[in-house]
Amino acid sequence: MERLGTLRRNMMRVTGAVAMSAVLALGAGACGGGDDDKSGGDGITIGFMGDLTGENSGLVIPPYQGAQLAVEQYNATNPKTKVTLKKYDSQGKPEQATTLAQGAIKNDKITAMIGPAFSGESQSVAPILEEAKIPSVTPSATNITLAEKGWKFWHRAVADDAVQGNGAGGFIADQIKAKKVFTAHDNQDYGKGLAESIANVVKPKGAQVEADGVDEKATDYSSTVNKIKQFNPEIVYFGGYYSVAGKLFKQLREAGYTGKMMSGDGSLAAGLVESTGQKNAQGALLSCGCVIDAAGKVSPKSKKFADEYKAKFGSDVAIYSSEGYDAATALLEAIKAGKTSSGDINDFLKTVSFEGVGKQIKFDDKGELASQDIYVYEVKDNTIPLLGKSNEAKPTS
Amino acid sequence: MNLSKTSKGIGGRGFSFDPLRDRWAAAPGSARWGVYALLIVGAILLPSEAVGSFMAGGGGDWATLLSDQITIYILLGLGLNIVVGMAGLLDLGYVAFYAVGGYTIGIFASKFGWHFWETLILAILFSALAGVLLGAPTLRLRGDYLAIVTLGFGEIVKKTVNNTQYVNGPRGIQGIPHPPTLSEFEILGVQPLKYGLLDSRPYYYLLLLFIIVAIIFTKRMERSRVGRAWASIREDEDAAELMGVPTFKFKLAAFALGAAIGGSGGVVFAAKQTSINPENFTFLVSALILAAVVLGGSGNIPGVILGAFVVAWLPERFRELSDYRMLIFGLALMTMMIFRPEGLWPSRQRKAELAEGTGGMGSMGAEVAGPDTAGPGTAGHTAEVGK
Amino acid sequence: MLDNFVNQFWPSTIDGLSLGAIYALIALGYTMVYGVLRLINFAHAEIFMVGTFASVFTVQALGLSDVGGLGLIGVVVVLALVSGLVSGGSAVLLEAAAYRPLRKRGASRLAALISAIGASIFIQQLFATIVVPLLFDTSKEAGKLPVNEHFVTRSNVIDFGPITISNDRLIVFLGAILMMIALDQFVNRTKLGRGIRSTAQDPETAVLMGVNIDRVVTATFLVGGIMAGVAAALYIVRFEQAWYFSGFLLGIKAFTAAVLGGIGNIRGALVGGFALGLFEAYGASIFGSGWKDVVAFSVLILVLMFRPTGILGESLQQARA
Repeated sequence: MERLGTLRRNMMRVTGAVAMSAVLALGAGACGGGDDDKSGGDGITIGFMGDLTGENSGLVIPPYQGAQLAVEQYNATNPKTKVTLKKYDSQGKPEQATTLAQGAIKNDKITAMIGPAFSGESQSVAPILEEAKIPSVTPSATNITLAEKGWKFWHRAVADDAVQGNGAGGFIADQIKAKKVFTAHDNQDYGKGLAESIANVVKPKGAQVEADGVDEKATDYSSTVNKIKQFNPEIVYFGGYYSVAGKLFKQLREAGYTGKMMSGDGSLAAGLVESTGQKNAQGALLSCGCVIDAAGKVSPKSKKFADEYKAKFGSDVAIYSSEGYDAATALLEAIKAGKTSSGDINDFLKTVSFEGVGKQIKFDDKGELASQDIYVYEVKDNTIPLLGKSNEAKPTS
Repeated sequence: MNLSKTSKGIGGRGFSFDPLRDRWAAAPGSARWGVYALLIVGAILLPSEAVGSFMAGGGGDWATLLSDQITIYILLGLGLNIVVGMAGLLDLGYVAFYAVGGYTIGIFASKFGWHFWETLILAILFSALAGVLLGAPTLRLRGDYLAIVTLGFGEIVKKTVNNTQYVNGPRGIQGIPHPPTLSEFEILGVQPLKYGLLDSRPYYYLLLLFIIVAIIFTKRMERSRVGRAWASIREDEDAAELMGVPTFKFKLAAFALGAAIGGSGGVVFAAKQTSINPENFTFLVSALILAAVVLGGSGNIPGVILGAFVVAWLPERFRELSDYRMLIFGLALMTMMIFRPEGLWPSRQRKAELAEGTGGMGSMGAEVAGPDTAGPGTAGHTAEVGK
Repeated sequence: MLDNFVNQFWPSTIDGLSLGAIYALIALGYTMVYGVLRLINFAHAEIFMVGTFASVFTVQALGLSDVGGLGLIGVVVVLALVSGLVSGGSAVLLEAAAYRPLRKRGASRLAALISAIGASIFIQQLFATIVVPLLFDTSKEAGKLPVNEHFVTRSNVIDFGPITISNDRLIVFLGAILMMIALDQFVNRTKLGRGIRSTAQDPETAVLMGVNIDRVVTATFLVGGIMAGVAAALYIVRFEQAWYFSGFLLGIKAFTAAVLGGIGNIRGALVGGFALGLFEAYGASIFGSGWKDVVAFSVLILVLMFRPTGILGESLQQARA
């Protein structure tokens, strides 16, 4: 018996070794074809970094596609310097982002970067780019503190959370004229910061404010719902991403809350309607520094962009796609002007000024976007059309 | 290591390090030092491009991968090894001490302008203190109760930090200074004592130093009265208590020492990243470090290093598989445990313990000698079950 | 602070009990496996997650919408059957793939724990990358997003002053209680149940008495899996959302509940689940939702300091459900 057992174990060990080496071989085989579109010649490489496959990739793929469109259109004009866009999938995690950033600088010798998409990874990556003197333009990192570090090579093509807080808070206080506001958030950096900046705007305007945070990984938000029902506000503003906003809004409506619900750019995605449920989501408001304008309300340029985007990717423009396009355009303008080194491009960005497909693109000395416009959107059926600028928009319901 | 009682039952099967160990035990001191020196030279040359071109996958930078993930995991693995491998206490919240270290430098360096080396000492003290604070009320608990309590402690630390405005809640702390540059001297294109952002190698060397210190320290401990007390606790706590070993005191010491090493890892991590937030310290980190320890060979230092290396490196190396890499990683963890349940590189003493009973890792219940069960592996369970 | 607690006392209690019921059902799986194998089955959370997808898939396949009133009870029964079978089957598979080989080789519990963590990562990723895109016909990226299916119409079935209970909450609570009674009958009345109890008490003697250990272990996983599947069905009725990562947090909480009540003890899982649900709800109303988990785990540590084996103490064979 004992002997038989030993034999059998040895057999198992052999099969195990085979299984393990199969796993390793699989990996080694896959790495051959892993590289992205790399083109030789004297072109330059621009990196795009963000969460391209992770949980919040829904917020990052549209700006990536926007940037891709801009680069393709530029290369199609047959310019002197061809541009390659190389993607770095950080999955939104700072520790992965730093490894990738250093690889991008050392191995791929990127000249400039679009991104990182989120604020957390930007905190870790921007200092590295700063030291390597590589300019970056992020399409979507909106945290206030990013502009306060004195980085010279960092820019963003989107308004920050304070500007959004101002716009959305002003909308709540002046357009909706709410006297009781509940700010909820997901206890994350972005969401909590946004919710707090809303509170800071509406409080001086005479509104009564209460706040609570939910756990993004949990499903049951009844304790927050109970708080909201007891406070009975005219509007609930949620700072955070759409999957959490959806769960909260759904449970609020089901618990019989009838006031308004509003959230920020992180929730501005079709997934919000899906997770809230179409019936419950009707009339939900969203604020964003971004322009998502499939109908071409804002400008002829945005209309043209929306059409080209749809033709190329088969889907409507989505969150930050125009910002991705504009961020790429800012860098491409520099290259068009004959600036091909990182330092020259960065100097050029200081003075760049053009009408983007979303907004006027012009950076101040901190790298912030000069434009301060915030736009408000409203859920209608299963779409989220633009309502207008935050200081003019009127909710339809 | 030099246990005379080799167990043929387990040691004899399949691939084993035993022949190597025998030669090692017989080798003269000079030969051993030669091997140590070679290992250190190898470790110093590890971040070179030649190695990196194979080791780093998917556009990542090898030196950064080494410093930010692999060596950190090795250091944390060595710390957790004291708790799990040596004293046999199951800790599922080890990340808490890593967080205490990170936040200590975060607070004292960015708010009070303390020096890196000062905060390092403070962080080690604070983490050890956190270990004592957690251990003192809970170390009376046995086995899995301790596991869930430590898990809870890890979550408490993370959530408390997340809810505390003083440390910026979820945003975390930014602008943590690098260690001060000690010297600009350059050797083979590296400035090993200049701590900037672009070159990760200096941090790797710093962590390497920490790891060497931790190894020497652990080895000395293992061979002292403390190490023997831990072995007795891990093998049979009740018997140890009866023999007059003050088990509580030694368990607390294991907790504090393990915590201190974890805390020092947190300090370097924070100083390298320059920013930390609560999301750096999730339960998954605790689970992966525990996996590293057990996978490598709980209680055996070279094994733990190997395990930590595998756990930190595999998912990064195979980035090209993108979505499937964690899938394969999970599968690999299962497979490796099935084919080498004692770990990739277990110590001989642990193997002997495992052959006799629980090996301090506890045996499963309902594990009765069946036709194809190894005979000796089942003796120890009754005591466990009967509790 | 405290006035919030007073004002929200009844809603908190009801929400705490309905979430606690789900904790308790999942905790049963942890506690039974622990009782028999002395193993923390970390992958049990994923068994639950598999069940939630089975339920959502069934809802889609049947094309259910606007289910309310008595119809909801019928739907719950159907979902519980499907999810129970799928989860129970997955649990048996899990045991055969991840634990049985280790058990046969006399591996340590720690090795089994790592295998469990590996299995947990594997099942999560399997769903995120392969199963969900396949099952719900979405793109590969969408596999990591929650799948929503809105089909329940909620109404208050009990409206008594400050106490209002909606139909879904009531069904979750009653369904969980019903399952626990059924489990109690199974463990105490059937031959297989007796086998489980005897194995938990003393495996060697059990074998001598003719108990087939492998069958008992399989049965334990099956029953634990069915409980998780029913919990998943109730969870879907209550929250209407399945997500590859949803097991993680619930699993940790359910395990905490099992330990709180006294792991290995079926009645303990019930007590622990409800206690944890209530502590969380009250903690959230007093300190804010961000502190909910801190309250829950602090209570756990405090309880264990004074009762080192949980509220009711361990062992499957002594305390009966």
